[in-house]
Amino acid sequence: MDEEFNPKIIAFCCNWCSYAGADLAGVSRFQYPPNIRIIRVMCSGRVDLSFVIEALRQGADGVLVTGCHPNDCHYIDGNKSAALRAEFFTEFLEEIGIEPERFRLEWIAGSEGEKFARVINKMVEDVRALGPIRSDDK
Amino acid sequence: MTEKVGAVLVIGGGPAGIQASLDLAEMGLKVYLLDERTTIGGNMARLDKTFPTNDCSMCILSPKLVAAGRHPNIQLIMNAEVKGITGEPGNFKVRMKRYATYVDETKCTGCGVCAEHCPIEGVNEFDMDLAPKRAIYIPFPQAVPLVFAIDPGLCIGCGECKQFCKADAIVYDYESEVESDLSVGAVLLAPGYDLVDPKVKTEYGYGKFPNVVSNLDFERILSASGPTAGHVIRPSDGDVPKRIAFIQCVGSRDAQTGNTYCSSYCCMAALKQAVIAKEHTEDLEAHIYFMDIRAFGKQFEEYVTRAEEEYGVHLHRNNRIANLVEDSNGDLILRYHEEAEIFEEKFDLVILSAGARPPREAKSLAKALGIKLNKFGFCETDGFTPLDSSAPGIFVCGAFSAPKDIPDSVAQASGAAGKIAGLLGEVKNTLVQPKEYPAEIDVSGQEPRIGVFVCHCGINIGGVVDVPAVMEYAKTLPGVAYAEQNLYTCSQDTQEKIKEVIEELKLNRVIVASCTPRTHEPLFRNTVREAGLNQYLFEMANIRDQCSWVHMKEPVKATEKAKTLVRMAVAKARLLEPLPVSKVQVEPSALVLGGGIAGMSAAIAIANGGYNVHIVEKSDRFGGHLNTIYHTLTGLDPQEVLEETRKEIEEDEKITVHLNSTLEQLSGYLGNFESKLSDGSTVKHGIIVVATGGLEYEPKEYMYGEDEMIIPQTELGRRLAKGEFDAKNVAVIQCVGSRNEEYPNCSRICCFTAMANALRIKKEHPETSVYVLYRDIRTFGFAEEYYNEAARAGVLFVRWDPESPPVVTKENGQIVIRVTEQFIEDEIVIKPDLVVLNAGVRANPDNEELAKMLKVPRTEEGYFLEAHMKLRPVDFATDGIFLCGLAHSPRLIWESIAMANAAAARAMTVLSKGEVESEGATSVVDADKCRGCGDCEEACEFGAARLVEVEPGVMKSQINEILCKGCGTCVATCCNRAITLRHFRSEQIMQMIQAALDLEGKT
Repeated sequence: MDEEFNPKIIAFCCNWCSYAGADLAGVSRFQYPPNIRIIRVMCSGRVDLSFVIEALRQGADGVLVTGCHPNDCHYIDGNKSAALRAEFFTEFLEEIGIEPERFRLEWIAGSEGEKFARVINKMVEDVRALGPIRSDDK
Repeated sequence: MTEKVGAVLVIGGGPAGIQASLDLAEMGLKVYLLDERTTIGGNMARLDKTFPTNDCSMCILSPKLVAAGRHPNIQLIMNAEVKGITGEPGNFKVRMKRYATYVDETKCTGCGVCAEHCPIEGVNEFDMDLAPKRAIYIPFPQAVPLVFAIDPGLCIGCGECKQFCKADAIVYDYESEVESDLSVGAVLLAPGYDLVDPKVKTEYGYGKFPNVVSNLDFERILSASGPTAGHVIRPSDGDVPKRIAFIQCVGSRDAQTGNTYCSSYCCMAALKQAVIAKEHTEDLEAHIYFMDIRAFGKQFEEYVTRAEEEYGVHLHRNNRIANLVEDSNGDLILRYHEEAEIFEEKFDLVILSAGARPPREAKSLAKALGIKLNKFGFCETDGFTPLDSSAPGIFVCGAFSAPKDIPDSVAQASGAAGKIAGLLGEVKNTLVQPKEYPAEIDVSGQEPRIGVFVCHCGINIGGVVDVPAVMEYAKTLPGVAYAEQNLYTCSQDTQEKIKEVIEELKLNRVIVASCTPRTHEPLFRNTVREAGLNQYLFEMANIRDQCSWVHMKEPVKATEKAKTLVRMAVAKARLLEPLPVSKVQVEPSALVLGGGIAGMSAAIAIANGGYNVHIVEKSDRFGGHLNTIYHTLTGLDPQEVLEETRKEIEEDEKITVHLNSTLEQLSGYLGNFESKLSDGSTVKHGIIVVATGGLEYEPKEYMYGEDEMIIPQTELGRRLAKGEFDAKNVAVIQCVGSRNEEYPNCSRICCFTAMANALRIKKEHPETSVYVLYRDIRTFGFAEEYYNEAARAGVLFVRWDPESPPVVTKENGQIVIRVTEQFIEDEIVIKPDLVVLNAGVRANPDNEELAKMLKVPRTEEGYFLEAHMKLRPVDFATDGIFLCGLAHSPRLIWESIAMANAAAARAMTVLSKGEVESEGATSVVDADKCRGCGDCEEACEFGAARLVEVEPGVMKSQINEILCKGCGTCVATCCNRAITLRHFRSEQIMQMIQAALDLEGKT
């Protein structure tokens, strides 16, 4: 490969904490690579396995789900549902032969702009190391 | 009598002032929320986390800030103070003075370019002077209102900001101060508290030793958005501290500063900070030096246990630290005693748990409004009317009347709103008009015609992203009928432009590519509604906060990303659909369960607000537990209050009494409940207040029941009141049935009771000896005064440790108590002729059954569990059901009364509307696909998803759209894909995923 591989990452952010954290990263001008596309959902509990599969199928090299820290959920326990499902996702990905590291769940508070940037930087770096999800991918 | 005014002035924009404003505004009153700062949020905005849940403070506060800032009935008056008042309750004229910020708030977009160019740097008071700010600034990024202000003390008038402000918002020649009058019916004081300046305790070297910081300083240091970006480092050299110490009671319980009261929050705050600091730095050692650990709130004691056992926080009891000495490394040497020995320890960083003092404006407020302050300078209130100031029509809530934590402040805020509703109920909706929108255009069957408005945000977006290119690109996307670029899409003239274009070009979807929907979606939704479009036909692309600001050095890639974000928004917009808001009529009456002081107070408050109330009491008389209480710490007679309240209940025509009665069956939901009571009646009501109270624990320990010389404290109270007390040697044992394995938490009231009884004994029978055998004395707030008084009156306090509790035996007809006094480490033998067991509180066992009927949660100890421990203390997660008093957790009488008023106020925000509206973006079930498994019912925290038997033997889920909050957890839970969350439909999200990854950009 001539150029450095630039992974494409889809991130689902809950409206109340982690999307706010992403906004704060911006307000604070914490820089991260432009490889990520954020889709806002109201709660991390909304994220369906089918979204992850569709993202990977459409060529995303990684999927990130972010929600409120435990006990911070705006909808009381939606993030706990997300956590339970994340365990299942990870197993499922392994089962179908996709590196589970391509999927990640992180808790990011509305005050954690720095963490948001850090999580994105790390994820881009890790997924870059894994390489493209499909070898035939352009 | 002069006519009443349907407006309220709320002074102070902390969590209490905000909550009261929101409640009053929801009840149809016009609210002026005034603060001397340039933003709302108060001290809570400074906090990193909150106890006992370790919630992120800003995460939970920020939505409230936005709600208050956006509420059509709330007008924020920033940088202002009150100068005087005339008139009478119901009709006041308040004189206020506003200081200029030299920024036109109608023009400032909060973009921040001004601050970037300001050459002057000062210290940011919001960051406790630990971080810089420019002469033109906002104190913190989430500030509401998001309007920059010039600090006249710093500004040199160079003109840089004015030159770079594309919104033309800087006005140097404003008058520096302007006075004007406000017409209001009532005033609510919520100015909060200020921190005791730790400098007054010179022995701790604050301000001299750089590594001595205050608790609020430390909050900022812990905060991810604080001066050190959440890195716990010490000020002198930036090193990561490995050993930190907290010194408690700095400027509290302290005769030297005159602050002999307890500040109530510092113990829990220190524990929380120690726990959070340990989460930041794993091998950190945290030590807390304290006199009593005052963890008296709901589930606080469990927090203490966790801090000690799980996190390894070291607690050092009975320690008031004499002084600190700094060594040459900037480390601090602290001397303390453990039992009878003296030790010395070195720490990298010392945090002073500074107490609360009255807010700095207290004196000028008192003078301007003619209210009385107590001897400490806090607002004076009377025992059973904690929400009334000394001036009629002027109410108080939060820390201004006594130091208190956030949930108690918020409960008081709602309570005060409830009292104001009683005063101004008849003039609600006179000064606020529900906004009228044009009839909605029917877009069904139309092909999408999307308008895209791309914002430069001054240079915030345009300086990085090629905005014209994004606009041109948007025009090429399928479904887009129009695209334009704006300098500021949020400016007033652009709003007009958007409306014109919608009309002219028959646009049926609108996208704004600019900043974040979290702050700006409501504004744009309002604009499209004004043009006749359903508000859900609007979508945003966040190309500033999540693009230009985070990719500042990569303009080409940022432009590509902005195009993709717009493409994703367009993909979703094509599938947007108008969502109807369904409305349900509200039955304008209330059902109050429980006839104790809390239930009665709630019923009266709701009836005063103009609504019918049914109050249901299980026994044959009102009063509940209060029937057994004869005196209180402050000397008021509860029986007198009870009698008055009972009379009020019986005489109020709006209140229907159901004695000897319980709830047997409940159906319906918010606005439309129907209850069957055991007295045979069926009641329709719009809301429910749960006030089922608690019980006194019946002791199993200390030989209770084996000897008539061993009695519970209520019996002591009765004997004192009835003149039947004649003991000469009384031993009072505290924490009976509290803070143990079976019941881990503190019962809150017993220390107060002990002081009240001990003082009365000493007053009426000065020759009688009184021993109080305690673990921690928890006379929080001003009650600390009574603890001091008891000690002065000769009451003997003996501290015991849970490992060696007092042992009560009977030897030769004499009761003998042996207890190891923990400080002198020696056994003391007491031979009392009366043993009083200060038995704790227990949850009402009826709660279990009731919780099932109401479908609401309980704590492990059996109390009801509120929607949010910090900011929603009297709400259940299920709309339309509220709680107060001992049903929530142990409370003092006046606290129960304040809380009852709060529950009433929250209830009246529903009742006063006449109808409740659903969110449009709610979940719906496809009955054909649903197989009735009930997973959604289990997943739903709001009682919205329910299994219903649609035909014999066939269960189907139904989602009540009034109760649904639109989180979508049920959708992802449903194995049969039978549930759709509107506005976040799977197809919509799938389209966004495809658009995000479609490199050719054809979708």
